[in-house]
Amino acid sequence: MAKLTINVDNCKGCGLCVDVCPKKVLELSPNKINKKGHKPVEAVREADCIGCAFCATMCPDCIIKVER
Amino acid sequence: MVVFDKPKSLADISMHYCPGCTHGIVHRLVAEVIDELGIEGRTIGIAPVGCSVMAYNYFNCDMIEAAHGRAPAVATGVKRANPDEHIVFTYQGDGDLASIGMAETVHSAARNENITIIFINNAIYGMTGGQMAPTSLPGQVTQTSPYGRDVNACGFPVRVCEMLATLDGPEYLERVTVNSVKAIKNAKKAIKKAFQNQIDKKGFSLVEVLSTCPTNWGMTPKDALKWVDEKMIPYYPLGVYKDRSAKEDK
Repeated sequence: MAKLTINVDNCKGCGLCVDVCPKKVLELSPNKINKKGHKPVEAVREADCIGCAFCATMCPDCIIKVER
Repeated sequence: MVVFDKPKSLADISMHYCPGCTHGIVHRLVAEVIDELGIEGRTIGIAPVGCSVMAYNYFNCDMIEAAHGRAPAVATGVKRANPDEHIVFTYQGDGDLASIGMAETVHSAARNENITIIFINNAIYGMTGGQMAPTSLPGQVTQTSPYGRDVNACGFPVRVCEMLATLDGPEYLERVTVNSVKAIKNAKKAIKKAFQNQIDKKGFSLVEVLSTCPTNWGMTPKDALKWVDEKMIPYYPLGVYKDRSAKEDK
């Protein structure tokens, strides 16, 4: 199983990782607000993650670490 | 096993770019290439004026801030001071490289200066609030062209790669984009080649990256990526415009 480590406080909530994930693992948090005032991304279905690192490749802020 | 992590050459701080701005992706690609080629200690980057004016904070190599548009001139000096040791790259936007810095760009290409230029083309002036750039598309609505760019009054966009390809000087010119995972992988290959060319002393290498500006285009980050496909790529076709040594190999 793959493991995602997300640096939540540096997330700007652009959602590019959410759109690019083939397994729909990620979602923008509906109620949390991070330090920057954005709704950060969350791995809501981490068990489905296949570790393709598409999200991390697309992330402009380089906040996702992917391990497999 | 770590599949993906932040490259060492990218500083571990939050970047000031707007949400969804692809500057961050290109920064990361440059940092990854510096890591992979193992040249961090001898790389000197030249930051431009524009959105990426603070690029010197984001790379862990030595950086110099140049006056608006003069990054290739500064890079020339740094490179010539110690041509065997220094690996010099500039990171410039379209307002910097294609407008005020056009002369420096063209002449450094004509001299086949052994430097690497990463050129971010997002068809707008981002930092100053979304004015029309030399690369804005015909009909594109910006702050200073509210009815769309009128080519009769404002002229046509400049295609930098095509223009520089007419010169005999440059070694390598390629246009890439970063609006999908596949495109990002291609962009990295191009950037790596541009740095490798410099290490091999082949000469002037420029990679033009079609980038997005969701804030000033007035779009969501997702729509901005689509806009690159629909509007920008038809006007700025992707591909290699010049690769002198590949031609000679044939």
